[in-house]
Amino acid sequence: MAETIQIQVNGEQRGCRADATVGDLLRELAIKTERVAVELNLEIMDRKDFDHRSLKQGDRVEILSFIGGGAPVDVQGKGRGFVHAE
Amino acid sequence: MQNDRLIIAGREFTSRLFVGTGKYKDFAETKKAIEASGADVVTVAVRRVNITDRSKENLLDYLDPKKYTILPNTAGCYNVEDALRYARLARAAGVSDLIKLEVLGDERTLFPDTVGLLEAAKILVKEGFIVLPYTNDDPIVAQKLVDIGCPAVMPLAAPIGSGLGIRNPYNLKIIMEMIKVPIIVDAGVGTASDAAFAMELGADAVLMNTAIAGAQDPITMAEAMKFAVYAGRLAYKAGRIPRKLYATASSPIEGML
Repeated sequence: MAETIQIQVNGEQRGCRADATVGDLLRELAIKTERVAVELNLEIMDRKDFDHRSLKQGDRVEILSFIGGGAPVDVQGKGRGFVHAE
Repeated sequence: MQNDRLIIAGREFTSRLFVGTGKYKDFAETKKAIEASGADVVTVAVRRVNITDRSKENLLDYLDPKKYTILPNTAGCYNVEDALRYARLARAAGVSDLIKLEVLGDERTLFPDTVGLLEAAKILVKEGFIVLPYTNDDPIVAQKLVDIGCPAVMPLAAPIGSGLGIRNPYNLKIIMEMIKVPIIVDAGVGTASDAAFAMELGADAVLMNTAIAGAQDPITMAEAMKFAVYAGRLAYKAGRIPRKLYATASSPIEGML
């Protein structure tokens, strides 16, 4: 059985195969690579390196993509005491 | 009006209405509203992918980046470091060097931190970004942003999402007269007349999100905004009559009995 390591993906702990690359992780999560940005230990990765960069114990991976936004989305639980102008 | 194109950093746009994609019920409604608005430029935010629920669809499955100019923003960033990080992530995730730069100063007003904004803009311009900065209605800061190399400036009309309309038309007018790059009035528009007013003042474009997404019928409001921006633009180009305190008769006196 392959050895496993612990990594953090988008803030959550997760086990992964010791020889897995960032590309393997994205495939395992069923994430299409063309519209995401990946930050590995605070360093933004070049997309062409996904399949060459092996993950190591304790790595922190952030996977980001575009969502709806214009103005900042209201932060839940942080009531701003908005008052209607009318 | 033919050939009245908006040009920013060499890119040509037909519509002078830019729209955000936040706060809609779902992606289908987002898509319909954006189609109704006629906008070419749509703003998006950069956030963590939901890794536990992969059934969530991607916004860009609904908005074809070939059809729209996707303008990622740094919404929600309260310091220079975060804004730089999000801008760089947006470029890595995306489609171009365009970034709508927001460095916010305060959660209650969402007013820009213009000191942080200038600092972040300087760094991003050096890194080759096309920086469209969300700024206050301050002509001096607007000029400094242009000096740094921003190809357009985006002063607010009122606080983001407030719907208060154009709170300081005189400052905006000064910005429009002083600044030689396109001015996009961003944030604070509440209804169609606000958008028309911004355009009549001489804005080159208007950017909005909440005024459409938060309307009871977002798709109809998107259409209203399309016409308002167009009408305001035409009125600006046509040149309005001066305001006078007293009446001037429209019909001639000559020939009266």
